[in-house]
Amino acid sequence: MSQLESRIPPGALAEKWSRHKSGIRLVNPANKRKYEVIVVGAGLAGASASASLSELGYAVSCFVFHDSPRRAHSIAAQGGINAAKNYQNDGDSVYRLFYDTAKGGDFRSREANVYRLAEVSAQIIDQCVAQGVPFAREYGGLLANRSFGGAQVSRTFYARGQTGQQLLLGAYSALSRAAVSGGVRLHTHAEMLDLVVVGGHAKGIVVRNLLTGEVTRHAADAVVLATGGYGNVFNLSTYARGSNATAIWRAYKRGACFANPCFTQIHPTCIPVTGDYQSKLTLMSESLRNDGRIWVPRNRDDRLKPPASIPEVERDYYLERIYPSFGNLCPRDVASRAAKRVCDEGRGVGESGLGVYLDFSDAIGRLGEAGVRERYGNLFDIYHEITNEDAYKVPMRIFPAAHYAMGGLWVDYNLMSNVPGLFVLGEANFSDHGANRLGASALMQGLADGYFILPYTIGDYLATLKPGSRPPADGPEFMQAADGVATVTKRLLSVRGRQPVSHFHKRLGHILWQHCGMARNREGLGKALQEIPALREEFWANGLVPGTGDSLNQSLERAVRVADFLELGELMCRDALAREESCGCHFREEHQYPDGECKRDDENFAHVAAWEYAGEGTAPVRNAEPLAYETVKMSVRNYK
Amino acid sequence: MTSKTFNVILRVWRQAGPGREGRFVEYPARGVNPDMSFLEMLDVVNDEIAARGEEPIAFSHDCREGICGTCSLVINGKPHGPNHGVASCQTYMRSFKDGDRIVVEPFRARPFPVIKDLVTDRSAFDAIQQAGGFITARTGSAPEANSVPVPKEVAELAMDAAQCIGCGACVAACKNASAMLFVAAKVSHLGLLPQGQPERDRRVLAMVATMDGLGFGGCTNQYECSAACPKLISHDFIARMNRDYAKALFHSAFRPAAAGGAGA
Ligand SMILES: Cc1cc2nc3c(=O)[nH]c(=O)nc-3n(C[C@H](O)[C@H](O)[C@H](O)COP(=O)(O)OP(=O)(O)OC[C@H]3O[C@@H](n4cnc5c(N)ncnc54)[C@H](O)[C@@H]3O)c2cc1C
Ligand code: FES
Repeated sequence: MSQLESRIPPGALAEKWSRHKSGIRLVNPANKRKYEVIVVGAGLAGASASASLSELGYAVSCFVFHDSPRRAHSIAAQGGINAAKNYQNDGDSVYRLFYDTAKGGDFRSREANVYRLAEVSAQIIDQCVAQGVPFAREYGGLLANRSFGGAQVSRTFYARGQTGQQLLLGAYSALSRAAVSGGVRLHTHAEMLDLVVVGGHAKGIVVRNLLTGEVTRHAADAVVLATGGYGNVFNLSTYARGSNATAIWRAYKRGACFANPCFTQIHPTCIPVTGDYQSKLTLMSESLRNDGRIWVPRNRDDRLKPPASIPEVERDYYLERIYPSFGNLCPRDVASRAAKRVCDEGRGVGESGLGVYLDFSDAIGRLGEAGVRERYGNLFDIYHEITNEDAYKVPMRIFPAAHYAMGGLWVDYNLMSNVPGLFVLGEANFSDHGANRLGASALMQGLADGYFILPYTIGDYLATLKPGSRPPADGPEFMQAADGVATVTKRLLSVRGRQPVSHFHKRLGHILWQHCGMARNREGLGKALQEIPALREEFWANGLVPGTGDSLNQSLERAVRVADFLELGELMCRDALAREESCGCHFREEHQYPDGECKRDDENFAHVAAWEYAGEGTAPVRNAEPLAYETVKMSVRNYK
Repeated sequence: MTSKTFNVILRVWRQAGPGREGRFVEYPARGVNPDMSFLEMLDVVNDEIAARGEEPIAFSHDCREGICGTCSLVINGKPHGPNHGVASCQTYMRSFKDGDRIVVEPFRARPFPVIKDLVTDRSAFDAIQQAGGFITARTGSAPEANSVPVPKEVAELAMDAAQCIGCGACVAACKNASAMLFVAAKVSHLGLLPQGQPERDRRVLAMVATMDGLGFGGCTNQYECSAACPKLISHDFIARMNRDYAKALFHSAFRPAAAGGAGA
């Protein structure tokens, strides 16, 4: 069993971070350049961390599998980033942002971490503006805000519908500057395939060059993983195709605990699947639910009829019916589950039966087509581009899709995993969003971790090491890890079975979606726990990975990632099975109130489940870190 | 929604590696659904190729929603294909019809060498960015965000330029392989904002010098670049950069130190 020490500082909630910072060990400025830090990833978390650490004087190497750091998946975030600036004078505060985020997570995150996140949020906006991020402005030249779900104040900063792009380009520009001044060595097309642990501490990584197949070893005094979320385990998701779990999965197999793997967010408003060929699902902003009404036919025989031919009485506006006070604006997890239910009943619309209508005809009646166009024109355009349908004339069809991973590697208050020297930032860690993430808070967390938390906390660890004490990259642990990487690659290429990798990824996605998606139960999870290992076996016996390992081979890249997803999927189901309660995204059908709402069990499950690898063929160990809420009282969420 | 499928023939550039000789190879794409994206059609063709024991067609992609700038196909001679203001990944098969022959090539430009098949090396863009595409703002040193107001029109114009996804279609579309639109977009985005003023001169000088050094051609005002741009970035930014560049040269004649490349 691992010792999980959260290292939450003592004292009042509002003073923990400043007290902790002033007590943290410091590294002598003249010694900083003698410490080598490896950062894997250059999304918001990795790019901001690399630039900031190099400004402090550390020798930083940054690795990305992309062809350029600017292409990290963070680029795709649309809506915005939260910060407790209270520019609107509407009563926002650090406490309020903290409370909304903790409650949004259904009280399954760590109170002290969430408070710190809210505390540094304002500084993030300052930093980004100084870098030239062109946030939306008011006529007077000051920054504008918009409202987002789960909050009653307006605290979201945005740059049109491309907030993630602009924040990432800001962090990328800081990274570019650091690269030219010599502080950061950038490695592109470089995929980390193993973590090297020496004497119990993280001391390096093994990397495969995706263009040449060359496997290299890199030693460091500390390793930082900022490798993003694992939602592509579902195959179809709103993530970029390349997003994957490999870095954190390999670290897990080297001893880092994996926390709450079953906490994955399913976003209610995405464009539905049209066919088996589909590779990705596109998000339609949540804001559409302000004016659109969601419905399906009452009668399943009507599901393929043109919607206009279905009279009002034959329609079921199910969210308005079940949640009269929140209606179409109930939270993400609730809206997603309800859509799944009506489709399971056979009332889903569209060819596949996996869709519900988001209807703007009332809004058009009220505001006119021009009024609706003014509010949502660009979204209607995107919808048209993808579906070739005119949502001003026929209702949109939407369906939930996998969107975000709240789970990730376990970290302490310093963002260090239980493997000393291994730090984990951004979506790759688990710490701030509990069982459900609120909109506009992932960008905030990635940048908080990279700009304002890790640069302090990493010193606390490095100060315990003698400069220059890191082991050489040709030590036995490095050689063994590199051999392992080469072996896996060779094995994948030698199967030469009949089914392409995409086939297995799709089937895994189906299993998880069915049994570990929006609703879970003991029987289904048990079934998934049979099906996934069988599928994995089939993959290793009958997978088809063409080509060779010594040049660009995209089939091989995907095979490596899918092989890890096939293992991670099993851990997600185990975690979902062990958590005998419902909370946030995790809806266990056995644990619900008579009205179908989540029934949390604070007595037995107010804890983080941190899974520890126990070797191949052995069941992993479930460690529990109790969640102590010192300031806030855990309450029941109600949206009726 | 349309569900009538059709067939097309792809003529695809295949090239085993950098500097190797390439050639066009024809592949049938059968049962194409008009709602498929162009890249999804390639996925399906690739699974068929793999099933025959051949190597699938390598092509770049990631977000598949027009924002990451990774996809980079020349479809029937046009960077990012037949439609205006979209990236390759946002091109749908309904833009084609039964029996079409579709030619698919990589972006072609000397500074973007082919890595394999349809994948090119666009790291030259990172080099230009590193030369000066930033505002020096050490983490932690930033003033209060609202302490410097930025007029809404200025912020909007900066955002128009900042939208660039760094795909390189502008270079691929230009007969001179000029990167002027890419560089102008970055120079204008940062140069328009008050925060970008202190490094304005050295930024434009350093970025232009790096661009020239990497073998990108000059601009002869054909504006094929903005026509191919998936974000429809206006060539007006090129004129703006030319003015900035002239001013910076003029200043540097009097303050030579200001021309000294990137600010480290
Ligand atoms: C469509 C969409 C819209 C969103 N909108 C919002 C929003 O409006 N507001 C909000 O707050 N959040 C939003 N999110 C969530 C948010 O974008 C992400 O959670 C966040 O950007 C993740 O950042 P990151 O730095 O942790 O990881 P990423 O940006 O995913 O970066 C991962 C990095 O790690 C590298 N990497 C990964 N594995 C390896 C490996 N093995 N070896 C080498 N390198 C590796 C990659 O190359 C990349 O550089 C959205 C998400 C999606 C999908
Ligand atoms: S794949 Fe990202 S822009 Fe096309």
